[in-house]
Amino acid sequence: MTMTRTLPLSPRRQMAQRALRHRGLILSGAVLLAIVLIAILAPVIAPHDPYRQSLVTRLRPPVWLGGTWQYPLGTDALGRDMLSRLIYGARVSLMIGLISAGVSMVIGTVLGISAGYFGGRVDSFVQYLINVRLAMPVILVALAAVSLLGGSLLIVTMVMGLLLWDRFAVVLRAATMQVRSMEYIAAADMLGATQPRILWKDVLPNVMSHLIVILTLEMAHAIILEAGLSFLGLGVQPPTPSWGLMISEGKELLLFDSWLIMIPGVALFLLVFSINMFGDGIRDVTAPEGRN
Amino acid sequence: MLRYLLGRLGMAALVALTVSVISFGLIYMAGDPAVALAGENATPEIIAQIRAQHGYDRPIAVQYLDWLAHALRGDFGVSPYFKIEVATLIADRLRITMTLGVLGISFALLVGVPMGVLAAMRPNSMIDRAALFIAVVGQAIPSFWFGLILIVLFAVNLGWLPASGADSWKGFVLPTIVLGYYATPAIMRLTRTGMIEVLGSDYIRTARAKGVPPRKILFKHALRNAVIPVVSLAAVQMGFMLGGSIVTESVFALHGAGYLAWQSISRNDLPTMQALILIFSLFYIIFTFLADALNAWLDPRLRD
Repeated sequence: MTMTRTLPLSPRRQMAQRALRHRGLILSGAVLLAIVLIAILAPVIAPHDPYRQSLVTRLRPPVWLGGTWQYPLGTDALGRDMLSRLIYGARVSLMIGLISAGVSMVIGTVLGISAGYFGGRVDSFVQYLINVRLAMPVILVALAAVSLLGGSLLIVTMVMGLLLWDRFAVVLRAATMQVRSMEYIAAADMLGATQPRILWKDVLPNVMSHLIVILTLEMAHAIILEAGLSFLGLGVQPPTPSWGLMISEGKELLLFDSWLIMIPGVALFLLVFSINMFGDGIRDVTAPEGRN
Repeated sequence: MLRYLLGRLGMAALVALTVSVISFGLIYMAGDPAVALAGENATPEIIAQIRAQHGYDRPIAVQYLDWLAHALRGDFGVSPYFKIEVATLIADRLRITMTLGVLGISFALLVGVPMGVLAAMRPNSMIDRAALFIAVVGQAIPSFWFGLILIVLFAVNLGWLPASGADSWKGFVLPTIVLGYYATPAIMRLTRTGMIEVLGSDYIRTARAKGVPPRKILFKHALRNAVIPVVSLAAVQMGFMLGGSIVTESVFALHGAGYLAWQSISRNDLPTMQALILIFSLFYIIFTFLADALNAWLDPRLRD
């Protein structure tokens, strides 16, 4: 405390300092960065073609179970290289996470901020929309929609984007209500700022930390949901290397070759866990007083 | 309190009505339902015949009201895949799902509440950190994968429990864990924050000063108050679990309503799909309403 008083840092530098001291944030950030790099560089680093099938080399075990370094993580029932499929699968998961959560973010933010800022009828209407959305189980509606519209990567992504906006709306509504009663909003209003300007320049920046935290949560949610849909056979279609689909394909051989589901499962866990940790870290760094 | 409840009831009714419109609208989502029913290679005459037979030639509003009127009486038509009445089919399957839901939420409460209390007794201690860490880890494990891992471990390697089926109570053990663990972190966190808040309040300090034994303070004074929001969260989670049952029942091949939902969707069985979306949503709406009512009854501050 005495240090900050004699040597005041700007809020931004304080935040940067907290970020650098936050072990969870640094660690999860490093894992995420690695996964993103793997996804981008997939064609360069993947040892084999993730789609190439070969009956001669099917079900080779991973190295630690007596396999060879030619297929470090073994091969699946169609003889495809697990490592290469895993590497390309990172692309599918990250893309789905980013785009779905991005679409949800736009929908949820517009609804949440308008409800919180305008109140009254707008608020009632948004709450009604949130309630309708929450009443219908995500997985059921997503399964039905994908089965009726067809299971392409684009459709799966969009269906999830249109379904996962509820948390954005709920949290941003509450955060905006808090910001709205601040004096700087009244001041901006008195100075003659237009409503779009107030929303964009005064409200949005002040709810941004909430927005980023929910964005990470929903990215993780979308990635798990896609894996679940693909596992049930109504998500991304074969032969796309999706981690959920890899688990689903390995399910048949669960009793004999359990590494087939272990490997993509661990990858999925690592990605989702890092995203959640990263989100938690951002919350700690941007709002240190709200840690409990 | 009555006004608050009436408002909630009105919202619940409105949401239920909207959900019914969406469930009904499903048959038009994939295009012309008559063409879909007729299948490939159907002549225009057959399509027209099916259209007239199912009443698809009437105005959509009339079709909706007709469907709703039948649905309200529990008549959802006949399943084209299972060839029996949808209502009978679902009633039969719902028993397993409800059993699983009750077991799942009990598991979540039995694990989550004690963990939350333990964590709240010493905030930021090792126990607290460990509990929070378990919660974060738990949230990152996909439930279908968790289910498969449990099968490998307990059914295949150890041979203690069956991998699938609902022939005895043993068949419910693994599905209960898979369904319940997902709700556990939220219940644990809410118990923890509630307990920390209550333990810092004046009446707890007074009780301590009077010399009330710590155990009595913890359970009789603190937990009773901290558990109020947890109970309503549990009701909401119970609604979410119906959705989760789709995945869990598929993994363990339990023939409940969740498995039926997956079957009807993959077989394109529209009447069953419609009925299940409506019923699952209604359960959620009823559970959240009960949670609100319970909250208002237990916590007078919420009534205004």
